[in-house]
Amino acid sequence: MDTPAVRARGVTRCFGEVIALDGVDLDVAQGQIHGLVGPNGAGKTTLLGLLLGLATADEGRLEVLGTPVGRALAASGGVAGFVDGPGLYPSLTARQNLAALAKLNGRDPRAAGIGEVLHEVGLTDVADDRVRGFSLGMRQRLGLAAALLTEPRLLVLDEPSNGLDPAGKKHVHAVLARLAAEGTTVVLSSHRMDDVEALCSEVTILATGRVVFSGPLSKLSTETQELDYRLRTSDPEAARKVSLESSGVRVVDDPGIRAGAEVLVVRAQVPGLDQLVAHLVRADIAVRELAPVVSPLEAAFLALTEQPEADR
Amino acid sequence: MTATATGAPRTAVRPVTTSRGYRFELVKLLAQWRIRLLIIACWIAPAVFVAAVSGQSSLPVDTTFGRWMNTTGWAGSLVLLGFAGSYALPLLTSLVAGDVFAAEDRLGTWRHLLIAVRSYRRIFVAKALASLTVILLLVAGLAASGIAGGLLAVGNEPLAGLDGALLSPGDAAGRVVLAWVCVLAPTLALAAIGLLGSVAFGRSPMGLLLPVVVALALELAQLLPLPVAVRLALPSYAFIAWTGLFTEPAQLGPLLIAIAVSLAWAVVAAAAAYLLFRRRDFSNPGNEGSARRALVAGALPLAGLAAATVAIVAASTPSMGSGIGQDKVQRSVATAFAHLYRLQTAQLNRPDVTEAQLAATAACTKGGGQDLQDGPGNDWRCVVSWHLPDVAAVGSAIYQLDVTPDGRYVADGDGPKEVNGYFQVRTPRGDAPNPLWQFDGNVELLPTTPKGQNNAGNTP
Repeated sequence: MDTPAVRARGVTRCFGEVIALDGVDLDVAQGQIHGLVGPNGAGKTTLLGLLLGLATADEGRLEVLGTPVGRALAASGGVAGFVDGPGLYPSLTARQNLAALAKLNGRDPRAAGIGEVLHEVGLTDVADDRVRGFSLGMRQRLGLAAALLTEPRLLVLDEPSNGLDPAGKKHVHAVLARLAAEGTTVVLSSHRMDDVEALCSEVTILATGRVVFSGPLSKLSTETQELDYRLRTSDPEAARKVSLESSGVRVVDDPGIRAGAEVLVVRAQVPGLDQLVAHLVRADIAVRELAPVVSPLEAAFLALTEQPEADR
Repeated sequence: MTATATGAPRTAVRPVTTSRGYRFELVKLLAQWRIRLLIIACWIAPAVFVAAVSGQSSLPVDTTFGRWMNTTGWAGSLVLLGFAGSYALPLLTSLVAGDVFAAEDRLGTWRHLLIAVRSYRRIFVAKALASLTVILLLVAGLAASGIAGGLLAVGNEPLAGLDGALLSPGDAAGRVVLAWVCVLAPTLALAAIGLLGSVAFGRSPMGLLLPVVVALALELAQLLPLPVAVRLALPSYAFIAWTGLFTEPAQLGPLLIAIAVSLAWAVVAAAAAYLLFRRRDFSNPGNEGSARRALVAGALPLAGLAAATVAIVAASTPSMGSGIGQDKVQRSVATAFAHLYRLQTAQLNRPDVTEAQLAATAACTKGGGQDLQDGPGNDWRCVVSWHLPDVAAVGSAIYQLDVTPDGRYVADGDGPKEVNGYFQVRTPRGDAPNPLWQFDGNVELLPTTPKGQNNAGNTP
């Protein structure tokens, strides 16, 4: 069995009287893209900082790429990434930023593959422009390129999708998918649930420094309660009747959907939804769209992270 | 580019070497337009300034060596050195060393840098060395440009020292370069204070301004009538003490003490900066330095150092007074007068006369002889007497002196007009004021013996 890329047990980290991480357990397998989600102040950036070796845990045990992290800045080799945005120097061009980093690591900038990583993140056209004029999305992509330059085995990214336009997002997703396919582990945090769902095989949800869920996305969706789904059919009226007659399915009046529209919102668990589709087909009603109004991850996120508030 | 596959050998991360970190920091510094502009300005502006001022009829006579700017090319660089110690060097160290750590806070790049280098010590050393390199480049520019401007505009002529003796061009060149080297010590102290401010205050403008504020406070302190031990224990005194190189014998005591004090300040301030840097928690986004921490870890050690150096200087030299005594003033004025009398004699094409033949003496009183004959003030009055070969009568001339607390003075001729009044004399570079009319001098603040003053001296 492979050594996990990240293994945390009871990791606790405090800033004065503030408990940023409280007994966090985490396992990330090698070659996996692992998402870290949670509300602001949940401890995501602190946990990513520990993985990068910026600090050490006050309590607990953390192993990164099989090496225990004992003191700050002594993380295992092969870890790269950024927290709180990429560190770039605005007075240097994109290429100069990467060349300076390559030289810092004792590599010849001409042989470090700077052109290749710039191409991979879609910044070839602006390679010789000063970073001062870059948008947030371009900086994010250059930060990713800087991390790629070190050929990491564990890539740690804090909100890598911030500020990305669709084209930039496509570049970043393609790079991360390729890295994972080649065996690199990626741990990323994001507030964009669609990104996490599109990229990650597993996810950890943090709330107030504690892990409230960690595991595959599929497990997350089955564990949650029933969801609302948008249902678009060839005959909305008939579909409404069928839905009302189906067990385990409720028709919801969604104020966001205008009266007379062809869209119906139904609330059901996955088995009930499967039955509804079968009934619709038997009634000769074509199903044109069936999608969750709120993604399973987002629903779980809201349910799990708002729970402690309700308990208070 | 390909990522290393699963199962690659585990390697402990190794910090980046200091030399690579140094080059990285240097690249970042030199990429800033502000630093580039400073370098260009320091290598060009002094030459333009010195050349322009040297060509004017109105010279900056209130600055040491200013009155010689149209006589020799070496004076301009010294005028610039006086100006640099007060304004330019504190400002330059502020803009370079005072920003080298704060820039990472401003750009939000600390975490990136720490992950890339993985050593607090090496980051600190690399940043300190890189900022020091740039500061040295700037100081070298100021010196070289000022010298070049003076030599091109006026020429490689002898320079009159602060004791009135003419220094050959080669001798003047050596002393001018040495003077610039000496001010590197207080510049280092200011640079270390800049590092301290940059670490302690983060992105706050206070960190950037700290060297300027400290330099201003120290300069103001030098204007006060402080005991000599206190004056020498301040790192800014080396910005003044280089003038001691331009007397014969050179006033090396105060200069060496001032350099040692400056270097001690540089070491203590740099160590305090490193300790503050090392204690900072970079994983906590809210931790960016605090005034209390700066006070405890930065200001207190420097205050302790100042107290210790005052005690050491006071214990090793009997120097708790102003250091400006009647005997010293008389010796200094008589010596300068004798040297400058020879210069005047040559300019007026009269037969040469040596200092020994002149046997000049001075009788100086302060406040009309009523006050304590000691300390700075513009109420010093000296009567200089001298002899000429084959002339029975003793020559006599009066000077009014304005002596500043750091020992420098301006002697203003008060008659007879034929000796020290204002008139033009012919020099190889055109007409110039009578050298005995007004001249600059320097009283050594530490106790001295009258040796080496040739035949010029005080009244018996």
